[in-house]
Amino acid sequence: MSSQAQLLPGTLDLLILKAVSLGPLHGYGVLLRIGQISAGALLIEQGALYPALFRLVRQGLLKASWGTSENNRRAKFYELTVAGRKRLREEVDGWNRLATAIASALAAQPEEI
Amino acid sequence: MKLLAYVRSLAARFMFRSQTENDLELEFRAHIQYRADDLERSGLNRAEAERRARIEFGGRERFKEESRESLGGNFFDALMRDVRFSLRVLRKSPGFTIIAVLTLALTIGANAVVFGVMNGLILRPPNVPHAESLYGIERSDDDDPVQSYPDYLDLRDRNRSFESLAAYRIAEAGLDTGENPSRVFLFEVSGNYFDALGIQPYHGRFFHASDEHGPNSAPYIVLSYGYWHSHFLDDRSVVGRAVQLNKHPFTIIGVAPPGFHGTLVFAFPDFFLPMMNEEQVEGRNVLNNRGTKWIYLALGHLRAGVTPAQAIADLNSIGSYLQTTYPKEHGKFTYSLSRPALYGDFLGRRVQMFLTGLLLLAGLILLAACANLGNLFAARAADRSRELALRLALGAKRTRILRTLFTEAVLISLAGGLFGLWGSVAVLRGLSVWQPIPRYPIYVPVNSDANVYGVALTLALLSGILFGMVPMRQVLRTDPYQIVKAGSTCTVGRRITVRDLLLVVQIAICAVLVTSSMVAVRGLVRSLHSNLGFDPRNVIIVNTDLSMPGYGGERVPEIQKRILDAMQTIAGVESVGLIDWTPLIGGVYDQSDVFNDQTADLHPSNAAASPFSFRVSVGYFRAAGTALLAGRSFSQHDDHSAPRVAVVNRELATKIFGSEGNALGHFFKLRDGTRVQVVGIVESGKYKGVTDDSAPAMFLPILQSPTLATNLVIRSSRDPREMAAAIRSTLRDLDRGLPSYIETWSKQLDDFALFPSHVAVVSLGVLGVMGALLSVTGIFGMAAYSVSKRLKEFGIRIAVGARPKEVLQAALGRAVTLLAFGSAAGLIFGILATRVLAHIVYQATPRDPVVLAGVVLAMSLLGLIATWIPAQRALSLDPLTLLREE
Repeated sequence: MSSQAQLLPGTLDLLILKAVSLGPLHGYGVLLRIGQISAGALLIEQGALYPALFRLVRQGLLKASWGTSENNRRAKFYELTVAGRKRLREEVDGWNRLATAIASALAAQPEEI
Repeated sequence: MKLLAYVRSLAARFMFRSQTENDLELEFRAHIQYRADDLERSGLNRAEAERRARIEFGGRERFKEESRESLGGNFFDALMRDVRFSLRVLRKSPGFTIIAVLTLALTIGANAVVFGVMNGLILRPPNVPHAESLYGIERSDDDDPVQSYPDYLDLRDRNRSFESLAAYRIAEAGLDTGENPSRVFLFEVSGNYFDALGIQPYHGRFFHASDEHGPNSAPYIVLSYGYWHSHFLDDRSVVGRAVQLNKHPFTIIGVAPPGFHGTLVFAFPDFFLPMMNEEQVEGRNVLNNRGTKWIYLALGHLRAGVTPAQAIADLNSIGSYLQTTYPKEHGKFTYSLSRPALYGDFLGRRVQMFLTGLLLLAGLILLAACANLGNLFAARAADRSRELALRLALGAKRTRILRTLFTEAVLISLAGGLFGLWGSVAVLRGLSVWQPIPRYPIYVPVNSDANVYGVALTLALLSGILFGMVPMRQVLRTDPYQIVKAGSTCTVGRRITVRDLLLVVQIAICAVLVTSSMVAVRGLVRSLHSNLGFDPRNVIIVNTDLSMPGYGGERVPEIQKRILDAMQTIAGVESVGLIDWTPLIGGVYDQSDVFNDQTADLHPSNAAASPFSFRVSVGYFRAAGTALLAGRSFSQHDDHSAPRVAVVNRELATKIFGSEGNALGHFFKLRDGTRVQVVGIVESGKYKGVTDDSAPAMFLPILQSPTLATNLVIRSSRDPREMAAAIRSTLRDLDRGLPSYIETWSKQLDDFALFPSHVAVVSLGVLGVMGALLSVTGIFGMAAYSVSKRLKEFGIRIAVGARPKEVLQAALGRAVTLLAFGSAAGLIFGILATRVLAHIVYQATPRDPVVLAGVVLAMSLLGLIATWIPAQRALSLDPLTLLREE
């Protein structure tokens, strides 16, 4: 458990967008995909995924449709819309800038000042 | 795009609500199934896998709720769900719901009624264009805004502040349209009346200032719309028709527009005619008499840009001109302005004060009801603490729980408000057709307009929010784990809670109401038993007016004598008298200055007194039951050939002559300088209003100072209805054209002098009973609740040998203490509040041992009633059953 990190507020949306950008997924699939691409390092409460998914649908970033999964269960599949793809790019850029800035700030050594 | 998606999502939420719910459920279930598949693969059996999957998923209801929120449109949806849920909860406790709704319906209804009356009488402007600049003129030396005609002319012609100054007076006359003459109620108005107010005729034409060419020069009648409608059946050919008014020819020239009924908000005259013709209406000409103040009110629109202060300064310069030019008729006075619709400050201020007081009391009642319901709600919330805790534990947010509680409160308050409004509309409708004084077309012009609806619904919402807020803190502090574990706990502490405070406030409000209604009732009873200066029991008053059948001059004393003699012959009549204006039943009481015999300069400032003056016949004092203290009453020989005599009351005797003994046989002077000898002294009394102190009065014989106003005072112990019939037929035999109004003196007192007291007693009584009911339910609620909460404790106490007294003390001590505190506070406030009442009800003083004792008794009685059932319950506890059950 201690190896898992709490999500920063607001990052769940970004992770969902990223996960879905790799191919249409149902809710549980999104969860698995995030676990897979983050190597299980992030802790997500399972139910909390859904309010976030619906929020993204409402914002027009995802679209949802009912379909049948590989083991013949009915499930709702989510995929990115054009707006979602654009938003993902912006968010990734923003995140990278932030991460670089924080990383360089944290890497600062006394002699560099 | 985003907007479109939002709208689509919102639409989906509304149109396919059940489908979305379904989708949510399906999606969650699918998620758990997938997870369970995975877990099963890792070696768990299916059941265990599904259980684990459900636990890992987390609070399903909470996420559903959050999902709904993310889906949008949640506010209305949640509201609908709250409403449905609340309705279900309320239906489960019908007793609580009915009591709460009824309480609110009564209190909100009371508020709406009082506001409706205020709205109709005070807030609504009179029905004339630019009502905001319409003012009436008041004089500081008289509480009536009356003027004499010459003074009015000076004011009209010399002022520079009014666009045009109009005047009116109310009178009665006999109208003959070819059939039997009927009594009519009319406004005598100045020629410029309609033009000054800016009213246009509905049909035909109005008269104007240019129609006036001296006394009796403008015999024109303008019908009110209502009278035209009811008596002439909307007949347009009525314009130009000649009619007889008091046997004088008049012509109907027009009809006033509907909705215009003169400038007195509660009077609905039959028609208007120029006051230039007042002699034909009233049988006397006072147009040139500066000393007779008979114009009721002079009023007009202020010119644009003139402030009321400037207008008052302007009027006062005319006033000082009048005082220096006509010193005989004017003492010192100043002018002021007032709103004309309620007859200036004379009625307006009293009505406004009374209604404001009532509104305050009604508001207090509503507050008390809110406190009461707040308590009930808090108690319910405490009873439901287990349910609330469970909901919290299952993931409901506190705001959601608060919102459902609020929804319950607002639903109840809205239902109460609607019922209350419905009731108040009915009451107001009843009030508006009610004719308080059957003799006159006077109505309380109230109707329920948008203002009333608005006020009622606003009050309902506000009170719902108010009492919905009471259990808020309780819910916010609920610790679900504690309560689910331990059951609802009850802390018995000495701490004073908000609930206790609310109860004290409520009891205090109730005590205020009980105090003021008792003061009012006491005052009314006292005014009935106070010395009026006459004895109204077994007396019938016949109001008639000789000017209506056209009598005048020498024929007046003759017909008056014939009437009196005819009355005397009716079987059962003990004594008969005649007076120009009957005391205490309304009319134009003549109040004029009198002087000491030695005074030479008859300036008002030198007057010895300003008594009411009455013209009476032989036999009046005996018929009225006025006690003769010394000297003699009038006889047939006190006629115009005999020396002038008067009977004065004790008050006037002491005012002029210093003492009663000095008066008899001595002389005083009337305003015109006539010397009058005092031949008799009668007891003092009340003449204009029951709240007045006893005033000076003089009585003059009709044979020496004739009058057309003829009111018969007939004392008889026979049944009044039989008597009335006999009187009516006797009068008809004398003159078919003589209109009359026959009623007992007591009934007429109720209609006139005691009318304000009756209104005060009824309205305060209703509010007082409501307040009492509220505090009974309030105390009962609290006592019952505290007993039921502590049943276990009492069971133990009884089991270990507590005596009934001790149990009672523990159970009800608090309620009784609160009751005592509240009553004491209420009594003090009540005493302060009833000062206002003193203006309306005779001798309404709270410093009255009967009132004080009555309030204490009433409050203790209320306490006893309210705590009786809880006390019985606490006493009848069987500790064994109780302890076994718990």
